[in-house]
Amino acid sequence: MNNTNELLSVSDLKVQFDIYPKGAMPWTSPDKLKAVDGISFSLKEGETLGIVGESGCGKSTLARALIKLIPAHEGKVLWMGQHDILEASKTELLDIRRQAQMIYQDPLASLNPRMTIGQIIAEPLITHYPKTKKEDVKKQVQDMMLKVGLLPNQINRYPHEFSGGQCQRIGIARALILNPKLIICDEPVSALDVSVQAQVINLLMELQNELGMSLIFIAHDLSVVRHISTRIMVLYLGNVAEVSPANDLYENPKHPYTQALISAVPIPDPVAEKNKDIILLEGDLPSPLSPPSGCVFRTRCPKTQQLCATTKPALESNDSDHFVACHFAD
Amino acid sequence: MDRPQNSLLIVMYVDNIKIQTLADNLSDGSEIEGRSLWQDARHRFFKNKAALISLITLSLIVLFAFVGPQFSPWDYEEIDWDAMGDVQVLGAPSFASGHYFGTDDLGRDLYSRVIQGTQISLMVGLIGSFIAVVVGTLYGAIAGYLGGRIDSAMMRTVDILMAIPFMFVLILLMVMFGRSIFMIFIGIGLLSWLDMSRIIRGQTLSLKNKEFIEAAIATGVKPFTIVTRHIVPNVLGIVVVYATLLVPGMIMTESFISFLGLGVQEPQTSWGALINEGARTLQNGTLWQLLFPLFFFITTLLSFFFIGDGLRDALDPKDR
Repeated sequence: MNNTNELLSVSDLKVQFDIYPKGAMPWTSPDKLKAVDGISFSLKEGETLGIVGESGCGKSTLARALIKLIPAHEGKVLWMGQHDILEASKTELLDIRRQAQMIYQDPLASLNPRMTIGQIIAEPLITHYPKTKKEDVKKQVQDMMLKVGLLPNQINRYPHEFSGGQCQRIGIARALILNPKLIICDEPVSALDVSVQAQVINLLMELQNELGMSLIFIAHDLSVVRHISTRIMVLYLGNVAEVSPANDLYENPKHPYTQALISAVPIPDPVAEKNKDIILLEGDLPSPLSPPSGCVFRTRCPKTQQLCATTKPALESNDSDHFVACHFAD
Repeated sequence: MDRPQNSLLIVMYVDNIKIQTLADNLSDGSEIEGRSLWQDARHRFFKNKAALISLITLSLIVLFAFVGPQFSPWDYEEIDWDAMGDVQVLGAPSFASGHYFGTDDLGRDLYSRVIQGTQISLMVGLIGSFIAVVVGTLYGAIAGYLGGRIDSAMMRTVDILMAIPFMFVLILLMVMFGRSIFMIFIGIGLLSWLDMSRIIRGQTLSLKNKEFIEAAIATGVKPFTIVTRHIVPNVLGIVVVYATLLVPGMIMTESFISFLGLGVQEPQTSWGALINEGARTLQNGTLWQLLFPLFFFITTLLSFFFIGDGLRDALDPKDR
């Protein structure tokens, strides 16, 4: 891989939370919840990495650990090949946060209800360039509003006067105003209507074409992820199950978990939908407090064997960029 | 058959004009003013009759406290020697003698003294709540936002201060430094913010996990700016309600201390001191000495309670 245009390179990232059992004495050692357990990946400039996985598999924790909103336990996050975000000084971190912005799941909750749209969108600008003149700020905010499809004359309105889709556009405008290199989207469309989902996603893709930033796109809707991503990473219980270019993953899933996920995507054709085989997974996601030994997926895997309980499979590939973490991958 | 269709057409036509003007308004680029949550709340507050009447009453009392002295020929510490001889008869309320509310036992004009008491009592209430609002809000918001050990240390300090009997400290202060209105301000100011800081801390804890706070952190906004820009404006609704309910509490505390004879120093007075005197001379047949200060006291307290109630309804429409 070419190192020069690599925006983010993550190696062996681990995030642990201390969980104190109920009624525990202060001196008892807490249980360790491994939310993210040794994830490595890299992100090129202008690329979109989709992250999928079921609830509680560590998607959001991973995203927050990347920009140090949650302290990571171990590992390295290299920003543009030089700074380790996890060990960055305050000024370095501020500089990185200027270039890496985030979009949130709940559009209304991510906007301060007491501030006008203009103030909300301008906040990153004022924080990082406090000397910008008021007229300039206003002009930039209005330009950005136009770009994301909001009427610039609504600059003095408040978040509760907008619909969910519009609120998400405001969130996107806030993320874009500093012209960042990376935008982390934490399930940006899960709270929206299907028709509005499409609008927001197309807007994100248009803006990406225009401005050339990278996206990390977290979702649990597989068809949405396929539409927007160049590469997709499948997570299971804090571990990477499979990483692959988007189309390759859908046409040729290798990990049994990915196969089960993709077989569950509804097909918009009643006949095909009726006749397809759905691979049903038994049981629930195991508790991340005591993950299974060896391969974390073995408790629910149809292909499980003796080897799976003892050895953790490494993320490997036969060809160049389709990586699977399974001993018995197809 | 013809007419309904016609009228329908007309209705549609009118609507089209409206829609056209709306579209013009939207597209001509003039800025639309938004309606903030505060404006919504103000609208709801003014619809609440009890609160509105209370607000007007309170404004009149405040006005009375400042303009009232202009209309009285007597000063609050001036003794009317004539009336002093026979307070029951000559000291009764009358326009002829200029004692509109009568005189007290020493022949001092009660009208002027009630005004003086109103000024002191309102000042105690307002300054006490002001300290509570400023100190309590910032203290609670910072403790709640920072969390962890700092939060524990700050809140345990509050617990310890709360455990000290308030009246005891206040009486001790009076005894040590002498009776003065200044001491009352210090005593009330020291303790009034404790409850407030607890309430605000609780609110902050629930606010700080909201996504807009995380968005601010991710952008790189400094912690103190997050507290002042994002947390304080969002807890201000509760602060306002609690502060209006705190004012009567402060007034009552001061009145209680004055009633015990420890509050303001003669010849200055307050509602509590006046009520105390009025109650003591009740058997002399000088009922007005109790009723006038009591009327202002009760009216003000009720007004504050109704305003607080109205504010709560206005600011928190879900909980009604």
